[in-house]
Amino acid sequence: MGDVILDIRDLTVVYKTDLETVEAVNGVDLRIGKGKTMGLVGETGAGKTTTALSILRLLPSNTGRVLKGSIAFGGIDVLALDEKKMRDIRGDRIAMVFQDPMTSLNPVMTIGEQIAEALVLHNDGLGKEDIEGRVEEMLSMVGILPSRKNEYPHQFSGGMKQRVVIAMALACEPELLIADEPTTALDVTIQAQVLLMIKELRNRLGTSMLMITHNLGIVAKICDDVAVMYAEEVVESGTVEDLFFGDRHHPYTEGLFGSLPNLSSRAKRLVPIPGLMPDPSNLPEGCAFEERCGKRMDICKNLHPATATSGTHSLRCHLFNGGPER
Amino acid sequence: MNITPGDPARALLGVSAPQADVDALNHQLGYDLPFFQKYVNYVKRMVVDHDFGLSYFTKQSVFNEIWPRYLVTIRLAFLGVFLAALLGVPLGIYAAVKQYSLWDTIPSIMAFLIAAIPAFVLGMLLLFIFSLKLNLLPSYGINSVKSYIMPALAISIPPAAMNLRFTKSSMLESIRQDYVRTARAKGAAESVVIWKHALKNALLPVITNIGLSLGSLICGAVVAEKLFSIPGIGSLIVDRIAYKDEPVIIAGTILIAICFTIVMLIVDLIYAYIDPRIRAKYARTKG
Amino acid sequence: MEMSVTAAKQDAIVFKKQSQAKEIWRRFKKSKGAVAGLCIFATIILGLAFADLIAPYELATKQHLADKLASPSSAHWLGTDAFGRDLFARIVHGGRTSLTIALLATMSSCILGSALGAIAGFFGGRTDSIIMRALDIFMSIPDILFTMAVVFALGAGFTNLLIALTLAYFTNYVRLVRSQVLNLAELDYVEAARAGGSSSLRIIVSHILPNAMGVIIVNTTLNVAKIILYESTLSFLGLGMPPPAPEWGLLIADAREYMRNAPYLMFFPALAIVLSACSINLIGDGLRDALDPHLKS
Repeated sequence: MGDVILDIRDLTVVYKTDLETVEAVNGVDLRIGKGKTMGLVGETGAGKTTTALSILRLLPSNTGRVLKGSIAFGGIDVLALDEKKMRDIRGDRIAMVFQDPMTSLNPVMTIGEQIAEALVLHNDGLGKEDIEGRVEEMLSMVGILPSRKNEYPHQFSGGMKQRVVIAMALACEPELLIADEPTTALDVTIQAQVLLMIKELRNRLGTSMLMITHNLGIVAKICDDVAVMYAEEVVESGTVEDLFFGDRHHPYTEGLFGSLPNLSSRAKRLVPIPGLMPDPSNLPEGCAFEERCGKRMDICKNLHPATATSGTHSLRCHLFNGGPER
Repeated sequence: MNITPGDPARALLGVSAPQADVDALNHQLGYDLPFFQKYVNYVKRMVVDHDFGLSYFTKQSVFNEIWPRYLVTIRLAFLGVFLAALLGVPLGIYAAVKQYSLWDTIPSIMAFLIAAIPAFVLGMLLLFIFSLKLNLLPSYGINSVKSYIMPALAISIPPAAMNLRFTKSSMLESIRQDYVRTARAKGAAESVVIWKHALKNALLPVITNIGLSLGSLICGAVVAEKLFSIPGIGSLIVDRIAYKDEPVIIAGTILIAICFTIVMLIVDLIYAYIDPRIRAKYARTKG
Repeated sequence: MEMSVTAAKQDAIVFKKQSQAKEIWRRFKKSKGAVAGLCIFATIILGLAFADLIAPYELATKQHLADKLASPSSAHWLGTDAFGRDLFARIVHGGRTSLTIALLATMSSCILGSALGAIAGFFGGRTDSIIMRALDIFMSIPDILFTMAVVFALGAGFTNLLIALTLAYFTNYVRLVRSQVLNLAELDYVEAARAGGSSSLRIIVSHILPNAMGVIIVNTTLNVAKIILYESTLSFLGLGMPPPAPEWGLLIADAREYMRNAPYLMFFPALAIVLSACSINLIGDGLRDALDPHLKS
C-alpha cells in the first residue's frame, strides 16, 4: 500500500457555544496514502469541512474543540504542535483550497501579491526576483497570463479566481492539498476545466490530495480512495473500485448512487433518500441513518454500529457485522 | 425670505458654474419661486462680481466680517475631525481584535455613555473642570493654542465615540471574511492576518464614515463657538438669524456648504484611491 | 399571552405573530442592559405623565425671587434657579416638552422617510431616481445648516422646530426602507403574490412592511435618543424652543452664567438628558439584538 501521509484516528470534534454543544465529527478514521487522492463524500453538514479544518487546526478558536483523536501528518502529531510550528506547515506542507472563490481572495491586494505572500511566508532566503519568477510560473501553470499578476481579484471571473487560489495553494509545492468542494461554486463547464487542471497538477507534482465533494462524478474522475461520511462519521470507505464496483454497500451509499439521474434509463422520477440528516446537536442512540434506511433492523435503533473491515473496504453497518465478504 | 435647500444646487454645481445651469436646476427642482429671485441675484453678484455686499446689520463688508471667522471655524472643525479619528479608530481596532477583553468592554461602555451626552453638555463639563475648578485652560476666545484644546475636545469626543463603535464593527466583520481564513491557511501569523488583510478592508467604510461625520462636526463647532465664545462663522450665522441679516447668512451658509462638498469629494477620492474596485469603476467610465 | 390553537389560517397567522413577539420579548429580556433601560425610561415616562402631580406647573414658572439660587434641599429637591423657580419642577416639565417633541419628530420623520423609501424601492425606475437625487441633495447639507435655514425662514417655535427636525432626520429612513424593499421585492413570494393578483399597495403593506418593521423599529428607537440630543442642542443655541419654555437645552443655556455659584443648575438638566438618551439607547440596542440574534457577534 505504500506510505501513509495523513493518518487520522478516532477524530472527534465539537462546536461549543453558550447554548449548546454540537457534534461535528464523531470518531472519524481516515488514511491517505502518499501520492494518492482521497475523496471525502457526504451531504452538507456531514462533517467534511470540519474534518478538513481540523487537519490544519483552523477551527474557529472560540467554539471549535477537538475532543479526542489524533492526526498524524508524515509522522508528526499535528494536534500536539505549537502554533508556530503549525504555521510553518500551513501553506507549505499542507495547503487548502476553499469552496467559494469569490470571497477567498482579498479584494484590495493584487493576485500576484497574494501568491507571493504564500512564498514569502515559507521561504526566507528567496530574493524578490526569485519570488516574482515563481509567481509567474505558478500563474502560467494554472493557465493565467503571468502579465496579469498585478491585477485585482475583481478583474477575474469565478473560474479564474479559483485558479488563482489553486496557484496560491500549490506555490510552495505542498505534500498534501486539501480541496474543499473547489468546483461547487463554479459553472458546470468551468468545473470540468478546473478539475482537469487540478488532476494534471496533481500528477505533475505528485501531491497527495483530500478532495471534499458531494459529487460522485468528481470522485470517479479524480480519486483513488473514497470515504463516505454521514452524520459526522465515516460509514463506508475503500478504494474507488470498492465503491463503484463492489457489491456490498452501506445503505446510505446505495441511496446516493440510486439518487443519481441516469441518462440512459427512462425513469419517471428521481429517487432521493427520504428524510433528512439528524440534527447534530441531538444525535440518536443507535445508527444515525436508521430512520431513513430501507434495510433497518431492530438492532439498528439501539446499538451504534462499529466499523467492519475487509481488505481495503470498510463498512459501518449492522448488516455487515461479519465484515463485507468478497 | 427663505433659505431653502436651493443652495446645494449652487454648492453642487460649483461656484463657477453658469448661472443658467443653477437656475435650470432650481427650476427643475421646483424651487424657482418668486422670493428666490433675491437669493439668486445675490449669488450672481457674489459669483460674477465677487461682491459679497454689505451686512444689513453692521453695514460693514460681509466678506471682511465672515472670512476670518470662517477660517477659525474650519480650523476648529478639522482639528475635531483629526482628533475624533485619532481617538476613535485605533481604540475601535483594538476593541475588535481583543474582543471581550477589557480593551473592548471599557472603551465600548464609555463610547456608549458618551453617545448619550450632547456636545454642549460635554463642553460645559470641560469648562467647569478645566477652567473653573482647575483654572488650567482659558474659557473663551482664541488667543492661544491652549484655547483650542477644550473646544476641540468637546466637539471631537462624541464623533470619536461613534468612530470607535463603527470601526469596531467594521473590523469584526472584516475578520470574519473568507479571505482572512485563506491567509491563515497560508500560514500567516495572526497579527499579519489582522494588520495586513483585515484592517485594510475594514478601514474603507470607516473613512467614508469619518467624512460623513464632518456634518455633525460642523454642528459641534457651532455649539463650541457659542459655548467658548469663539469668533467663528457658525455662531455668527446663528446670531444674525434673529436680525434677518440676509447677506451674512447666505454668504456664510454657502461657504460652509462649499467646504462640506469639497471634503466629501476628497473623501470619495481617497476611497477610490484605496479600493481598487472603485478605481476600476472610475477608469471604466473615463475610457 | 394565550396561544391560539385552532387550525384556521387567520388564527395560525396570529399564532405565529404572537409567538414571534413572545420570542422577541424573551430575547430582549436576556439583555440586562436593555431591561434596565426599559425600567429607567418607563420611570421617566411615568414621571412626566404625572408631572402635575409630582411637580405643579406653578413651581416651574412662577418666579419667587426670595428663594433664588438655593441649593438642593428638602423644600426644593434640586434647588432653584435665578428666578426662584424650582429646578426639579422645571426639569420635569421641560422633560414633557423635550420628549414630546422628540417623539413627535421621530414619528413624523419615520413616516415620511419610510413612505418615500417604500415608494422609491417598490416602483423603481424614474420615481426611484428622482427621489434618490432629491435625497442626495438633502443629505449633502450638514443638518445644522439645514436647521438654521429652516429656523431662519420660519422662525422659532414648536411647529417649526418639529418641521426642522423631521426634515433633518427623515433621510435615514428613506435609504433604510428602500434597501429593505429592494431586497424583499426580489424574493419569490412577492412574485407569487403578484402573480396571484395582489395589488401593489397590498404587497407593500402585508408582505414587505412586516419584514422591514424590525429594522425600522430599531432605528426609530435609536433616533428618538438622537433627536432628544439634537433638539436640546438647538434650544441651547437659541434655535429651538423659545424661552421661557422649560426645555432642557434652555435650562442648561441659562445655567451657564451661574456655573460658579450654582453648578447644580447645569448638572441636573444634563443628567436628565443623558439618562433619557442612555435608557433609550439601551432599549434600542436590546431590540436590535432581540430582533436578530445573528447580528450579535
